[in-house]
Amino acid sequence: MTIEELQHKANEVRQDIIKMLLEAGSGHSAGPLGMADIFTAFYFEILNHKPEDPNWGDRDRLFLSNGHICPVRYAAMAHAGYFPISELMTLRKLGTRLQGHPERKRLPGVETTSGPLGSGLAQAAGYAYASRMDNKRFRVYCVCSDGEHDAGNHWEAVLFAGKNNLNNLTAIVDRNNIQIDGHTEDVMPLEPLDEKYKAFNWHVLHVDGHNIEEVIDAANHAKAVYENPTVIIAHTIPGKGVDYMENDPKWHGAVPGVADIPGEPPKGKQAQIALHELRTLGGKIRGEHE
Amino acid sequence: MLNPKAELSTKIFQKDIDMIPNRQGYGEGLVIAGEKDERVVVLCADLTESTRSILFKEKFPDRFIEVGVAEQALATLAAGMANYGKIPFISSYAAFSPGRNWEQIRTTIALNDVPVKIAGAHAGLTVGPDGATHQQLEDIAIMRAMPNMIVVAPCDSIEAKKATIEAAKNGKPTYIRFAREKTPVFTTEDTSFKIGRAEILWESENPQVAIIGCGPLVYEALLAAEQLTRMILVNTMVINCHTIKPIDEEMIISAARKCGAIVSVEEHQVNGGLGSAIAEVLTRNYPVPMEYIGMPNSFGESGEPDELLEKYKMKSKDIVEAVKKVIQRKIN
Ligand SMILES: Cc1ncc(C[n+]2csc(CCOP(=O)(O)OP(=O)(O)O)c2C)c(N)n1
Ligand SMILES: [Mg+2]
Repeated sequence: MTIEELQHKANEVRQDIIKMLLEAGSGHSAGPLGMADIFTAFYFEILNHKPEDPNWGDRDRLFLSNGHICPVRYAAMAHAGYFPISELMTLRKLGTRLQGHPERKRLPGVETTSGPLGSGLAQAAGYAYASRMDNKRFRVYCVCSDGEHDAGNHWEAVLFAGKNNLNNLTAIVDRNNIQIDGHTEDVMPLEPLDEKYKAFNWHVLHVDGHNIEEVIDAANHAKAVYENPTVIIAHTIPGKGVDYMENDPKWHGAVPGVADIPGEPPKGKQAQIALHELRTLGGKIRGEHE
Repeated sequence: MLNPKAELSTKIFQKDIDMIPNRQGYGEGLVIAGEKDERVVVLCADLTESTRSILFKEKFPDRFIEVGVAEQALATLAAGMANYGKIPFISSYAAFSPGRNWEQIRTTIALNDVPVKIAGAHAGLTVGPDGATHQQLEDIAIMRAMPNMIVVAPCDSIEAKKATIEAAKNGKPTYIRFAREKTPVFTTEDTSFKIGRAEILWESENPQVAIIGCGPLVYEALLAAEQLTRMILVNTMVINCHTIKPIDEEMIISAARKCGAIVSVEEHQVNGGLGSAIAEVLTRNYPVPMEYIGMPNSFGESGEPDELLEKYKMKSKDIVEAVKKVIQRKIN
């Protein structure tokens, strides 16, 4: 796919996220929208995988540590052909494979169960370590959030991966600067985040998380790093693509259509406004389906 | 019939009964406890609003401490503060505290025997759509297994407030469990409450089965008892056993003697929960047939709270069935 096609795909993923959350009536908006470009880049360019054979032994592994952003993963997987796009509308409903937080035993391809924060990187590091013991060639990726860097378990994994030079492991940090109680630098400051990883023996890259080309280049760059695990600190805008949600911690755990929130559009209009903005790229083009 | 001494809400079986999540009682209780004793401090792990700790934070900003998404530090920082002389309440979801930080609680709070109060919000199946990862159904088991720990599961927001205020004064490690959903407020300010003492909420003449529950499902037990009486099927008694540890042995033994059969009700795994605690008392003292309402050794899943309670058989109609079944066992 060309970069332009990937951008178009990411936009479709965002629209599906809004529709899924509206239908589910609960979940998280900011994180998934902010990570749509990155998940599109992974499922359509970076990963070596076979959507029709999710358990293919040589696939690259993509772990998601911050499980609450799973709608973006589900949407990207559906668009990549793992399951029908219509199944997205079952999110969070009784009997669904698309659990509110992803479960390994329910949906092939999600690699592990997550939701409780801070334990994904350690699982990915364990997986990378084990696969290296058997000389496997695939890569292990782990998406994490910035809020997770409050957790000891995450830093224990950073130490382990650094000690063991896990060069088959790449972590991607959603550096969107928000968590539930507010901005990360107010709740528990993380900066200088890159210096911390460097001190722990990691190779560090920064990308604009909405620049798909940069994301792909960084993932390729990491493959060429021989000595260390790599962390890609992806600077993203939470709620990206929906003006009233962008950069606002309020939308971490709120979804469109459920509640009237002071300072936000009325609940009956929230989803409609979001979809209109996405379809018209914030008014820059005429919507295709308006 | 309703036990008049329990002073329950006059709206108890009406449609317009007040619906409030019991975690709200926690927030309100924190403010009162904070006013009474300035040693009370509250620590929270990035969940200030939903655990209702925000009420304390607004009132006493200097005594509120944000630790970030770090439940192991939450428990151990509080242990240090309690060791110094503060009375810390630590707020998170039960899935993470005590779910994530159990060993820290065991060693630094329980074994140290320092008065940290652990508030586990969003416990049980009724967290609903968030799914199994967030549905804490093992907390009563892991907390009651621990020496020195007091374990309380309040039935509604008023009881939650009382439990919070009393916990601030008891000088002991204490775990209090709260739920996310709005649930009926069926006790009143006048309903008596004391940690460690169970309360009889319903008692018909010559009761044949005692239904003993904790948490918001006690309301389902009352609905079941009312229905069983109305249909002239079985006379029962309903006991609110909000304190799982130390459990009110005397009350359980006397209920077993009086009724000869027991049904336990909890939004928790059957393995190791309130039912198990009751069975431990019975087998040592006065064994009677018993049935268990609770999670049958299974993880939960996404779904609406009520759909899940239906699916895993924790509604009043399931309690009715359990009562019928235990009576059969008593006769046979
Ligand atoms: C161990 C654990 N503690 C608490 C939570 C509750 N929680 C869910 S998301 C979240 C905020 C974390 O920040 P981040 O992942 O950066 O959120 P986002 O950027 O997606 O808004 C918290 C505290 C959790 N899921 N796991
Ligand atoms: Mg974040």
